[in-house]
Parts: sequence; C-alpha cells; structure tokens
Amino acid sequence: MTPTRKELDDRLGGAARAWLDEALAEAAHAATATHGTTPCAAPPSWALRFASAGRHCGQEHADAVRTLLLHEARADVDTLTRLYHHGTAAERRAVLLALPSLVPGPQALPLVEDALRTNDTRLVAAAVGPYAAAHLAPHPWRHAVLKCLFTAVPIDAVADLPRRAHADAELARMLADYAAERTAAGRPVPADLHRVLALAVPPEES
Amino acid sequence: MRIFDPHIHMTSRTTDDYQAMYDAGVRALVEPSFWLGQPRTSPASFFDYFDALLGWEPFRAAQYGIAHHCTIALNPKEANDPRCAPVLDALPRYLVKDSVVAVGEIGYDSMTPAEDTALAAQLQLAADHGLPALVHTPHRDKLAGLRRTLDVVRESHLPPERVLLDHLNETTVKEATDSGAWLGFSIYPDTKMDEDRMVAILKAYGTERVLVNSAADWGKSDPLKTRKVGDAMLAAGFSDDDVDQVLWRNPVAFYGLSGRLPLDLPTPGALHEGNSILRGGE
Ligand SMILES: [Zn+2]
Repeated sequence: MTPTRKELDDRLGGAARAWLDEALAEAAHAATATHGTTPCAAPPSWALRFASAGRHCGQEHADAVRTLLLHEARADVDTLTRLYHHGTAAERRAVLLALPSLVPGPQALPLVEDALRTNDTRLVAAAVGPYAAAHLAPHPWRHAVLKCLFTAVPIDAVADLPRRAHADAELARMLADYAAERTAAGRPVPADLHRVLALAVPPEES
Repeated sequence: MRIFDPHIHMTSRTTDDYQAMYDAGVRALVEPSFWLGQPRTSPASFFDYFDALLGWEPFRAAQYGIAHHCTIALNPKEANDPRCAPVLDALPRYLVKDSVVAVGEIGYDSMTPAEDTALAAQLQLAADHGLPALVHTPHRDKLAGLRRTLDVVRESHLPPERVLLDHLNETTVKEATDSGAWLGFSIYPDTKMDEDRMVAILKAYGTERVLVNSAADWGKSDPLKTRKVGDAMLAAGFSDDDVDQVLWRNPVAFYGLSGRLPLDLPTPGALHEGNSILRGGE
C-alpha cells in the first residue's frame, strides 16, 4: 500500500523531509505551469528528483516518494511513458504503481505490457495491479497470472483477481495444464495455483 | 571475509558465478560499463546496455544476496567510432540514477584525439554530477598512457582524490601513487596482475587507497580473484583488518564519494561472527 504524505513524513528523517517538500513544490509548480513542455526541453527539475529519490529518502521509501511526485506533477501519459523508458527498474516500478490513479483510460497499457515481458519480479508484481485489472485484455491478463505463478510473484499482487478470474474457463484450462506439467516433472504445484483455479473453474463444472 | 568487488562485468557472468562469489564473501560490487567484445554500431545499443545495468543485472545480483552498483560511460575504444560518439550527449540522463556511483570506465585505449575528447568530456561530466571517475589505464603502452591520463586529469575539474586509476601494475604504481588518486589493481589468470605480485605491491606501498578487483568479464578471468588476494594477504602475514581495508573499506570509501552508496549494504558480519547467519539468505 502506498503511504500518504503524512505517513511518509512520519517515517522520513529531517533532511529527507525537507528534500521531499522541495521536490513536491517543484512538481506542483510544473503541474500548474501555463507553458506546455516542448519535446526537446531538458527534463523538469522534479523529474531529476524522481530519479534521485532513493538516495535522498532511502530505497525503502522510494516507491512512495516517486508515486507522490507523479501525482503532484499530474503526470500525463506522455510524461509517464518517457519516465518509464528512461527509468531504472525502480523508477519504472513507480510509474506502474501510479498508473491506476493517473490514467483513466487504457492509453498506458504499452507500459504494462513492456513490464510483463520482463522477468524482473519487481516489475511484474507492479504491472498486475489495478490498472491491469481494469484494462488488460483477457489473453494477456491470463498470461500475466500464469507468469506470476512461474516467477513466484505472490498471487495477491494480482488486483481484482476474484472478479477477473471468475468462471474463466480458458484460464482454468491453462492452470490445469500447468499443474499437470509440474506434476509430470515430479515438481510441486504452487499453492497459489489452486487458489486461482478455484476461482476460475466455471460453476457448472465445479 | 567481506568483499566488495569494485570492478567486475557481471553481464558476462553466470548465476553459478554469483553463487560462488557469495560463498566466497562477495556482498557488493560495481559493474563498470565497458566494451562488450563485439563492437556496437549505434547509441541505441548502448542505451539498452545501460538500462540492463540499471535494471536486470541488479535484479540478478539481488537473487544471490549481492548489492549491484554501476558506473556509466562511453568507453575509449568505442569513442573512436563516430557512430557511437553521440552516446556522450545522452550520458547526463544516466548519471543521475541512484545506483550510478561513478563515471567509468573511461581512459585511453589507443590514445587517439577522439579518446582525448571523450576522456576530458567525461571527467567534466563526473565533476558536474558530483561523481568520482573510474579511469582505466591502457593495456598497450601503459606507462605513457598513465602519464597522458594524469595530464588530462590535472587539466580537469575533477581532483585526483576523486579518481580511481585502474589496471595498475609494477611499472605504473609509483607514479599513480604520487598523483594522489586511488589505486586499482585487476587480478587476472594470465594478464594484468596475479595474487602474489599484488601482495608484493601491498607490502611495498601499503594498503591505503588500494582497491583490488577481478575485472572478470567475457574473457579468461576469475570472479573469485578478490578472495584469492585476501587469502594470499593473510598467508603473507597481513591482518584481517588489512584485508578488510583493501577488500571492503577502500572500495566503500571511494564509491561512497558519490553520496549514492547505500550505507545499509548487506552486512556479512563475517568479521566478527563467522558467516553462518548469511548462508541461509537466498
Ligand atoms: Zn573493465
């Protein structure tokens, strides 16, 4: 869960808090600036803060600080896309976490799909959040669920799982096939698989 | 024995290497960006490589309990290819990243005018971004290369105490020491330095400002050479504290000049408690 500004303030030391105050002010200023940004312009100061959040606030707070910055700057899809493609894995993760509250439509799906192509579990876990639950098409969503099982991303990371998995016969088939493959190889079936399978099996077959 | 390998190209190494390094005591490393063996032909190819140093490779390292940092630069060999030179213009957006702890590897390869330009420009980038610089000395014509490197460093805005001169050996250690820079030694199976020669240099010059690395990459190299130097030092009568200074505290101090080295690096605790508590952490 992303902490609120208040919760974050309580956790940060004095220097980090002061740094965050300045960073959020810069982001808020950018959000209200009347001049549009030109494509070739140097990155705004808050975007440099976005990159350096880990070393100023601590890696354990970086997700929260970066997400706050994106909100405060009211980052649009173009900005989020640029920050994602120019970002480290940690920065990309923060962009993914911010998508559900910043992008109402499906325009940012290419970022989710990019993250789901990686094998970096930090990115995969962030990609299967509420934004994917709302917008990802059934086929890639099923593969995302299966990828979580393959890479040991806890299935609790998948947002809105009961609704999306409900009575999904194709997902149930994929899960059953995967379980059979594991069993044939003499390997254990991940416990999470049975949880999803129970949701996915259509009622008339259960 | 806790080990910080200050120069190793993990992109070219396997997960077995990561495991063996962890078992030998390696808990942190720096991967300098460098040549990949196969020349690149476009800046985009560099950007994917830099992104891997900031994404996939730290993720791999973390699976084995090792903290991964990197240095970013256009290496001198490829600085000579006009198709790759535009990489210099894109470096600023990489040099602000949290896990970038120096500009590097920069320096000379064939000592060309293009290399002069790239070296000077990147020393300036280091100064501008509050980063130290990892400067390697060339394989061919090493002493002349060191002298020319030191000239360029002296003309730059980066003070020598923020420069690590790497791949040093018996012929270059004296002048490198006198320059005030940090001293890096790469221990290789056949070329560069070996463990016993390294111990002899430590006896002659002391342990201050000295860093030892495996510089392991895609060539014949050994990612456990740092540990072998530690063992050779102990066998030659150096203390545990001397070994800790060379293999841990010196690299932490040098890359700590960036202000970006997390102070909560995985603590092996091996010095005082043996390393049994660490073995369980997968
Ligand atoms: Zn190297």
